[in-house]
Formats: sequence, C-alpha cells, structure tokens
Amino acid sequence: MSELEKRLNGSPASGWEETRQALLARADDESLIDLAYERHDSPFGTLLVVAGDAGIVRIALGAESEDEVLDDLARRISPRIGRRGRGGITAARQQLDRYFAGELTHFDLPLDWRLTRGFRREVLHETAAIPYGRTASYAEMADRAGSPRAVRAAGSALATNPLPIVVPCHRVLRSDGAVGSYLGGSTMKEALLEMERGRAGD
Amino acid sequence: MTEKSKKYEGPPPFEIALEEHGPRVHSWLVARVGPDRADDVFQETMLSALRAWEGARAESLRAWLFKIAGNRAIDEDRRTGRQPQPEGEIDSWPSAEVTEQLEDPVWDEVRTLPEKQRIAVTLRFRGDLTHREIGQAMEISEAAARRNVFEGLKGLRERIGNE
Repeated sequence: MSELEKRLNGSPASGWEETRQALLARADDESLIDLAYERHDSPFGTLLVVAGDAGIVRIALGAESEDEVLDDLARRISPRIGRRGRGGITAARQQLDRYFAGELTHFDLPLDWRLTRGFRREVLHETAAIPYGRTASYAEMADRAGSPRAVRAAGSALATNPLPIVVPCHRVLRSDGAVGSYLGGSTMKEALLEMERGRAGD
Repeated sequence: MTEKSKKYEGPPPFEIALEEHGPRVHSWLVARVGPDRADDVFQETMLSALRAWEGARAESLRAWLFKIAGNRAIDEDRRTGRQPQPEGEIDSWPSAEVTEQLEDPVWDEVRTLPEKQRIAVTLRFRGDLTHREIGQAMEISEAAARRNVFEGLKGLRERIGNE
C-alpha cells in the first residue's frame, strides 16, 4: 500500500462501541431486534446467553463458535439478532454466576423451548426435573419421556440441548456409569458433577 | 447443537453484519456528512437496513449498506437544506467546514476531485469497498468504478506531489 493510500484509509472509527450500543438501543426500542444476547465469562469459558421476548431461548457453551451459533439462530428463529442486554439476560447471568460459585441449586428463569420439539422436548423437560447433585441414565430419561426403547433418541435430545446448564443435561450419564459426552467437553461435565456432589452433601 | 446439514444462505445475523461493516459505514458517513451528523445518519442507515433485513445477503451486503447510507445522507442534506442532489445519486462531497474536521489534509485535495472520482475514492478508502461493490453502490460498471478510483488517485498524486 502506498503512503497516499495509507493516509486515505485513515484510522478506524473511534468510539465505535458507543455508536454500536446507541444503535442497538434504538433498534430494540423500535422492536426491530427479535433475539438479544450477551457474552458471559464463566469458569468454563465465554458463554452466550440468548433471549427472545418469551425468555431464554439458547445458552451456548464456550466450546461452540459464536458465529455458528448466531447463523443457526438466524436460520431457525430470526436473523434480527443484536448483542445487547435485557432484563431476562441479566437475571440469567446472575443465576449462572451463583450456580458456578456453588450458591444456587435451582434456576428460576422464563425459558423459551422453541428450539426443541416432540420427543426431544419431552426428554429435556424431564431432564429439567433432575434435582441438583443427582444423576440419571439415558435409558431412564427415555423411559420418563414415555419411550423406554428410544435410548438413542434420548441421547441425541440431550446432545442438542439448546439450554445447557439451566436444563442440566450434564446430570445424565451412561448406564454403565461412564460420564458420556457433553457439548462443553467431558472435562466440564465431570467438573459440574463434582461441584454438585460436594455442595449437595453439605 | 447447531445443525450443520446445509449452509445457511438467508439474511446473515444482524450483529455479525454490524460488527463487520458498521465501522466502515460510519467512517464513510463521517467523511460524507461530517462528524456531528454521522451518528444520526448511521442510525437511520442501519435501522433502514434492519427493516428490510429479509433482503440482506452476505455476498452483496457491503454494497447494499453503502447504498442505503448514501440515500440516508441525501435525506439528511435535504432536511438540513443543503443543496439538493439529483435523484438516486450518491451525492457530492460535504462542505469545507466538514472536511476541515477530518484528520488528514489530504481530504482537502480529495474535495477538489471531479465528483465521480471523489465518491469512488471515498467509497474505496473510507468504505473499504471493492471496485465491484463501488460499482454496485454508484450504479456504474465495475470497470468505470476502477477507472474513477485510478483517476482519482492519479489526480491526488499530482496535487500533493509524487510519493
């Protein structure tokens, strides 16, 4: 690039973050934002907390790429997505912090289940009822959701849980006692179970 | 849990588009309407885009956003009583007091270029558009866009002395 071209390019806009936030505030006021999300730093990396009008619709773990998560939401719900806080997101972030600190054993948040349907949704509803510090097997979850033989389908319901942590799919283990896979990695699953065991025994 | 079956080709997530193209659109508007009015016109631009977001496509997004920005800048000129421009044109360089607020005196020289060269150079360097995108935004051919940028740079080199 020549010296002239460098001068013409100038410096990037300063104060961009303020400009971005002012725009999103106005867009949200005019109901042009269908999904709002914030990044949330946790002991397991940066989570994404996504809310629609009805409640939290998606929590993404640190292992998932932000661009892929947003593309998926654009396709399945709406591309009108903005990174911006809302009351529901703030409440979720506070509860997540308290959960990771071992202070919260039950999430109380409005959840929007629209990213899951049918049998998968049944399995996740049952999963949400597993108490803190307890575990269940994939076979038990298939049974509780009404299809005892659909163990594999129960497994894929848990593997595609749009609301991990809040809907505690980490509490579902293989029948032989092995931890099984987890979207956030098996290390994270083991750490969550370890933390809950310690706290539940208090 | 993302479904990776097929590539998504609908409108991109607004936030990704905003973070990728927003700073350049804003920077171009600072050059186009001046620092004091750039924030307002930028908001109007992105809100217009968001209202029509069904039509947004990743492959032509930048040119589309700059075209909207150009139109909102014309609206702003009309509102504030600056000289009206012919319908559909991206419009002339801002007034002298605006260019004086830009950081580099080279912009005083850009202001003296013929209109199309001045617009093309601004889109190229403040907007970071490709020649193809400049053509789309100005509604001229890619070759004409390239020629206008080239002639504009040549004119600037003559004005500020060789580099």
